[in-house]
Amino acid sequence: MIFEAVIFWTAAAIAVLSTLLAITRSNAVHALLYLIVSFLAVAVMFFMLGAPLAAALEVIIYAGAIVVLFVFVVMMFNLQAERPRPNPWTSLRTWAGPTALSAILLAEIVSVLARGGRHGLGPVPVPPRDVGLSLFSTYVLGVELAAMLLLAAVVGAYHLGSRKTASHHRLFEEPPQ
Amino acid sequence: MNVVPYEAVLVVAGVLFVLGLAGLLARRNLLFVLVSLEIMVNAAGLAFVAAGSRWGQPDGQVVFLFILAVAAAEVSVGLALLLQIRRHFKTLDSNAAGTMKG
Repeated sequence: MIFEAVIFWTAAAIAVLSTLLAITRSNAVHALLYLIVSFLAVAVMFFMLGAPLAAALEVIIYAGAIVVLFVFVVMMFNLQAERPRPNPWTSLRTWAGPTALSAILLAEIVSVLARGGRHGLGPVPVPPRDVGLSLFSTYVLGVELAAMLLLAAVVGAYHLGSRKTASHHRLFEEPPQ
Repeated sequence: MNVVPYEAVLVVAGVLFVLGLAGLLARRNLLFVLVSLEIMVNAAGLAFVAAGSRWGQPDGQVVFLFILAVAAAEVSVGLALLLQIRRHFKTLDSNAAGTMKG
């Protein structure tokens, strides 16, 4: 039982530390690297809390899809062109912090799985089957609403991201001469 | 839940939320404002999953799924707005977009 507590609190410490580093970096790419580590640490906490589906989705959607969106936007901004600096992707010092924290998380998850994958600090772990049954019976209206919200987000992002229209909002209009 | 008390997990979620709030208030770069919003949303999801684990019910993870959908929608529209602001003001400083007309 002490083992589970150590794993959980180490993940919690990594989550807080990497979040603190993410909001204080001046370089956007460095901040996004620490943000990924923060999400991975929270995923380990989910796994230890007995929520494996939430842990998997945290890795896939938060650390995967959402941070990749941020990275794409940073690439579109082309911040490097404004302030010439050595390429951060090639310097080892950039990678050292996030890599060390991620290695600790990997060691944690490997040690948990090596002990038979017994996880769950709650009364019982909640398997994905129960989540799916609840999602599509009790909360089916919420699923429909989430689908409509995502459709609206897709249409809105496409409209706002297109370069064709001159102005999307009064804020962006030229002042009258 | 005897190993890690439920209240302790809530404290961790609160610390993460406050860190996101501090970043939201302190940073002027709009990209970091969106990052801080993601941190805050994630902390709220952690509280929900912890509550679902505390009582062994799937409802916490279901609400986390909804939070995930809302966060994805919010960040896609937010980043598209960010591109528009950058294209218009040539900067990401939130002070530049703070002036109103009328």
